[in-house]
Amino acid sequence: MKAFSALFAQLDGTTSSNAKLEAMRAYFSQAPAADAAWAVYLLAGGKPRQLVPTRMLREIAAQAAGIPTWLFEESYDSVGDLAETISVLLPDADGDSDEGLAVWIEQKLLPLRGQPPEVLPAMLEALWRQLDLRGRFLCFKIITGSLRVGVSRLLVTRALASVADLDPKQVAQRMIGYTDLKATPDGAAFAALIAPASEGADDPARSGHPYPFFLAHPLQVPTDTLQGLLGSPSDWIVEWKWDGIRAQLVRRADDAWIWSRGEELVTERFPELADMGRTLPPGTVLDGEILVIREGQVQAFSQLQRRLGRKVLSNRILQDFPVALRAYDLLEWQGEDWRPRPLSERRAQLERVVAEAAHPALALSPTLQAEDWEGLDEQRAESRALGVEGMMLKAKTAPYGVGRTKDVGTWWKWKVDPFSVDAVLIYAQPGHGRRASLYTDYTFGVWDSPPGSPERKLVPFAKAYSGLTDVEIKKVDAHLRKTVVEKFGPVISVTPLLVFELGFEGIDRSTRHKSGIAVRFPRMLRWRQDKPVDEADTLESLAALLPEPLAG
Amino acid sequence: MDLVVARPEGLYCPPGNFYIDPWRPVDRALITHAHGDHARYGHGHYLAAAPGAGILRARLGDINLQTLEYGESIVHHGVRVSFHPAGHVLGSAQIRLEHQGDVWVASGDYKLEPDGTCAPFEPVRCNTFITESTFGLPIYRWRPQREIFADINAWWLMNASAGRASVLYCYSFGKAQRILSGLDPDIGPILTHGAVEPLNAAYREMGVALPATTPGTDATKADIPRSLILAPPSTRGSTWMRRFGDHADAFASGWMQLRGARRRRGVDRGFVLSDHADWPDLQTAIDATGASRVFVTHGQIGVMVRWLREQGLDAQGFVTEYGDDEIDQAVSSKAEETA
Repeated sequence: MKAFSALFAQLDGTTSSNAKLEAMRAYFSQAPAADAAWAVYLLAGGKPRQLVPTRMLREIAAQAAGIPTWLFEESYDSVGDLAETISVLLPDADGDSDEGLAVWIEQKLLPLRGQPPEVLPAMLEALWRQLDLRGRFLCFKIITGSLRVGVSRLLVTRALASVADLDPKQVAQRMIGYTDLKATPDGAAFAALIAPASEGADDPARSGHPYPFFLAHPLQVPTDTLQGLLGSPSDWIVEWKWDGIRAQLVRRADDAWIWSRGEELVTERFPELADMGRTLPPGTVLDGEILVIREGQVQAFSQLQRRLGRKVLSNRILQDFPVALRAYDLLEWQGEDWRPRPLSERRAQLERVVAEAAHPALALSPTLQAEDWEGLDEQRAESRALGVEGMMLKAKTAPYGVGRTKDVGTWWKWKVDPFSVDAVLIYAQPGHGRRASLYTDYTFGVWDSPPGSPERKLVPFAKAYSGLTDVEIKKVDAHLRKTVVEKFGPVISVTPLLVFELGFEGIDRSTRHKSGIAVRFPRMLRWRQDKPVDEADTLESLAALLPEPLAG
Repeated sequence: MDLVVARPEGLYCPPGNFYIDPWRPVDRALITHAHGDHARYGHGHYLAAAPGAGILRARLGDINLQTLEYGESIVHHGVRVSFHPAGHVLGSAQIRLEHQGDVWVASGDYKLEPDGTCAPFEPVRCNTFITESTFGLPIYRWRPQREIFADINAWWLMNASAGRASVLYCYSFGKAQRILSGLDPDIGPILTHGAVEPLNAAYREMGVALPATTPGTDATKADIPRSLILAPPSTRGSTWMRRFGDHADAFASGWMQLRGARRRRGVDRGFVLSDHADWPDLQTAIDATGASRVFVTHGQIGVMVRWLREQGLDAQGFVTEYGDDEIDQAVSSKAEETA
């Protein structure tokens, strides 16, 4: 635990990728395999399910610290992180455990799950009494299932590849599924990650493992520069950028698996896609987008969300929100890895596979054509009406890459500009982590009636916390503190004085929001210091952005 | 009758017709200590504890200043006034007011752990205590300063061995001198920023033993890799700082207790070292006064008032313009100057 805790401190204390890489290398080349196995799991974003309910943790911590629960909550509001709040409030340690990470997780933390409330206080005390502040913080982060370390999966992959002298792509392939909820990292699993390349343990033919996803980069240049930058559109496959869930359908041996882009196994969420997958020939892997499609119409992402929100998929849900896969790539065919082949060849074979399957839950993502980039740009302007986010550009000659690498034929996402409205900041609350105790999370409102209407009010419609620079955040924070009207727990209401241009990707009707409108990915595009509050947008101008009822 | 009430100009004593640490210009001001949010320009007369006179004059110029030794008292309009050590910075004091048998004490800013650079805090019995609450949450608990100094020296030694200068950001008045008193001068040269050096001189003049320091501008190329540089946080990224080349940096403040504040600050290390009382010490200090009535100023007013009431005290808040508001002092440089 100490070695991992020291590694965490090193990673937490620097923003340099090279320093992080070096720290992980040093750790992996020294740590016992069983500890390293869990370290990879945690660093790569693996999270055991919550081990002790949060409410119970709060009560136990407040009691052990000898403070009332309201004071615990006040402390939490200031710290902005539950695990850290608990760690700093508990009495000092009286021991210093030398046991490794694997022992801690397997023998001390995981057994906490499902324990009756009456034994938990003593079990937890036995743990925190043996740990310094940093060790406690890590433990409570693991217990609450919320440990985040400032390293990307790609960086972990690179560190392992460098320790084992392997190609990072190969490690990426081996890492797939490693952080799955049901995964149990152990010494053998770690050994398999860093095994020499020659041992041939990488044959995916029998497993349901997908390939690492190839991710796109944003393209934000004037249309008239595209010819110079990318050459002729005829060298590219151009498709709509769907607003759904990116997924791989893996069909091997006797079964089919669906993996989402986060490398999460989601087969059980989409039984109709798994059924469709089983009709394909074994040794086939498709890359595409899961979308709700009703009567041939692609539905807004919010429809897919409503289905994702359900723990149990009733027949009613399956009927009301039918999904299909819009396929755009073929990664494996007849058991052979097709990723090195040019996209044009993969696409041609994909078209045959889809035609052959003739299944209602499987369709091709159509390609778009035009004489020149200007022609494509004209089509792109219709994205909103079609419920897509813009276009994808993929070089016909390029193989299928790994992650966000740019060394083989970059995929470009050529998105339409976001929707935007001018909204007024009405509530604020402190952020978390680096932004704890700074007011960084804002609620915005628009007017409920046009300018000049007597007694018109601001209606909250969106929350946003990104898009401002640190300097702007400080200024806004200072401004808000001077204009507080009321405090409700951590939330303050302020005199409505600040106007921001908010951008968002999607908009839909909602019965859950006071405004009757829900927006996707709202963020601040800029602070409109030039704009008086009276000139902010209205519900009416917001409603004008809504899709036709048919599509909603 | 209340001996102290809140007025727009500051905390006011009606029978004595004077103010304590007022933030608007008044005729008569009693000053607890020389930090900028407590000692301001423009008052007619100043009364302060004698050990702080030099620094007050250095900061405010030619003011009409009268001083009292710690424990010495004078009577003004029937109010007996005396100053008692607050342990915060050199010359810092709690102000005791006695009128017709009633005793009030205004704490200013205070810290209980003795640190060798100023007279240690002395509890003063009173009926009503006015306390600060900068770190008035149980998440703030300080480790003994010798442990923090050991951490700072170890960090400095590690950097020096690697041939990198160590820049330690801290506030010029109080914090810098306290750190100086704990540094191990055998590790390497100690360099200071121009904002820190005059205060070192003021401390030395009052007989506080500090290790030798050299102005950063006089440092030789050979000195730099083993040196520790004390500078205010505002110098980060400045041309002044550039002369030290690639260096490690750290920040010393009570706010460094929280990971979020450390990350926001963006330095390599955060040392938790404060000139204010932590949560347990605030409770100890309040308890030691024997006061049944407590007024809480700057910091966590709401939390402390509620907590003290639950402990059976008659507690209420005073809104002041010291430090910042109750939520986040970590972003305000004004408040950090006193943290």
